[in-house]
Amino acid sequence: MVSVGATIHDPLILGDKTPSVVTKDICSSLDRGPALSWWVAITISSTMLLLGLVAVGYQVATGIGTWGLNNTVGWAFDITNFVFWVGIGHAGTLISAVLFLFRQKWRTSVNRAAEAMTIFAVICAGIFPLIHMGRPWLAHWMAPYPNTRGPLWINFRSPLVWDFFAISTYFTISFVFWYVGMIPDMATLRDRLKAGWRRSVAGFLSLGWNGSFRTWLHYETVYLLLAGLATPLVPSVHTIVSWDFATSVIPGWHTTILPPYFVAGAIFSGMSMVLSLMLIARKTMHLEDYITVKHVGAMCKILIATGGMVAMAYLTEFVTALYSNSEYEQFAFMNRALGPLCWSYWIMVGCNILSPQILWFKAARSNMLVVFVVTIFINIGMWFERFVIIVTSLHRDYLPSNWTGYAPTWIEIATLVGSFGLFLTLFLMFCRFIPVIAIAEVKGVLSHGRK
Amino acid sequence: MAGSKTKYVGDRRFLLAVFTSEADILAATTDARERGLTIADVYTPYAVHGLDKAMALRPSRLPWVCFALGLAGAGFKVWFEFWTSASDWPINVGGKPWNSLPAFVPVTFEVMVLFAALSTVAAFLLGRRLLPGRRAKLASPGVTDNEFALVIEETDASFCKDEVSARFREMGATSVEERVEQESI
Repeated sequence: MVSVGATIHDPLILGDKTPSVVTKDICSSLDRGPALSWWVAITISSTMLLLGLVAVGYQVATGIGTWGLNNTVGWAFDITNFVFWVGIGHAGTLISAVLFLFRQKWRTSVNRAAEAMTIFAVICAGIFPLIHMGRPWLAHWMAPYPNTRGPLWINFRSPLVWDFFAISTYFTISFVFWYVGMIPDMATLRDRLKAGWRRSVAGFLSLGWNGSFRTWLHYETVYLLLAGLATPLVPSVHTIVSWDFATSVIPGWHTTILPPYFVAGAIFSGMSMVLSLMLIARKTMHLEDYITVKHVGAMCKILIATGGMVAMAYLTEFVTALYSNSEYEQFAFMNRALGPLCWSYWIMVGCNILSPQILWFKAARSNMLVVFVVTIFINIGMWFERFVIIVTSLHRDYLPSNWTGYAPTWIEIATLVGSFGLFLTLFLMFCRFIPVIAIAEVKGVLSHGRK
Repeated sequence: MAGSKTKYVGDRRFLLAVFTSEADILAATTDARERGLTIADVYTPYAVHGLDKAMALRPSRLPWVCFALGLAGAGFKVWFEFWTSASDWPINVGGKPWNSLPAFVPVTFEVMVLFAALSTVAAFLLGRRLLPGRRAKLASPGVTDNEFALVIEETDASFCKDEVSARFREMGATSVEERVEQESI
């Protein structure tokens, strides 16, 4: 097909590949036995997961009094982790749905892994409210079902109920989107694997896909509809998460800027996590021709843009507080920047606002090591952003007699480490058993055979 | 057949032409349609853009399923929230009105998205008979890798197999073969 873009821009996939080479390249790492680096990584991540399981087991058995929470600081590590992980998830949906609607073809190289990351991050996020309940075996009480307690219905006016619906819908849609996107690739796997359990599983999951174009036509429609439905979920889910805070009367939380601020922060943190993981996968799985410097550069530009929005939000929050003439608001923000927990505020500013500025330079965007280091800084900074919002707002409330400090216990730290363990273990399993790049989609953007 | 309950009706004959590039399959499909051949289906490793026009397929009607079920989901959820909060067991929460319609919006939105997406996917999978564990009948072993297969049904008595085969080979087909499917009822 003649395309003006094809002659002007660099190709998306390097090396003039044919469809069969693409199949081979992406599936080859699944055919080989796992590399030593994979074993090392899975050992570390599953150890972290085990630590987390022990900590969760202990706190469920004993009670959440094992945490460092107190009467004043009623939310701290748990909700920080929850918001952090939900935010990480947003980049996957941004890449798979929003960039699809904007016809950004470069997304085909990263969407599969980014969607996987979304699903795993939302799983990690879901754990924290669950254990925060203290009695997780009553978690089904969150769902509105006819029960013997009345039936006593849940309170649909509560942002926490909205959150339950938002997160569970988000998880379901992300999972369905991911799986639907994978059906043609499962068929490709099925048709190239030798008989055995892997082929049986791929065959089962491929649903009898045979490449019929009549099916492809409907498939493309479904994909477009799912993208259109997932796109409003990106702003809606993190908006609803921000309402958990904004509808309260705590200074520093009770602001209308929170929804856009949270959405921008979510995309910022998620994109940096996608980059961290993709840079490792690119190197270890030899996918340099598929995830090119151009792809990394495009994601870096999203980081600069969303990082700028986050910086704008930090500034606006401050100015609004100073301009509000509310002494509680003013105090809350001065306390963030200069109070006893000010170190966390300045880690946040340093990591989220200062560190991405180096990405304005093309030389930095083309240097994978620099990009990797920046993304790690952003991951740290965005975790601290949620810590700052939650803990610094709570530990100094309206009554000075309530003022207190907060320090996490080892149980809380182990749970955070465990959530990273879960996330990384799931991601490593994904890299082993599922094509990390959407094969059928990449074939559609090859420059080979197009004059 | 004699004696058995199934009755042999006749053969359905298909001509299968395999191509190795997107441009060739587009040209061959367009050519086949323009010459009035019956295109049974085209099998491709990825969604080849423009093939729907080449095959003269109607656009999918799945957006209607999406719209209708999304609307139904949203409508149901608004009613359900109203019924639980204002009718079945109203509870006074901070003096808020029984019918707190603005507060019902977020959950209604999420449920609308959930209904629309799940019903669209279900309609697609059932409509195209894509079911777990179903065995795939492949036109050619490479159609999920690098081959593009055009399947023509020989519906016309004047169908000249040799002429059509020659035409496909001329257009770049790497193989052209006839498949016979026995049809019985």
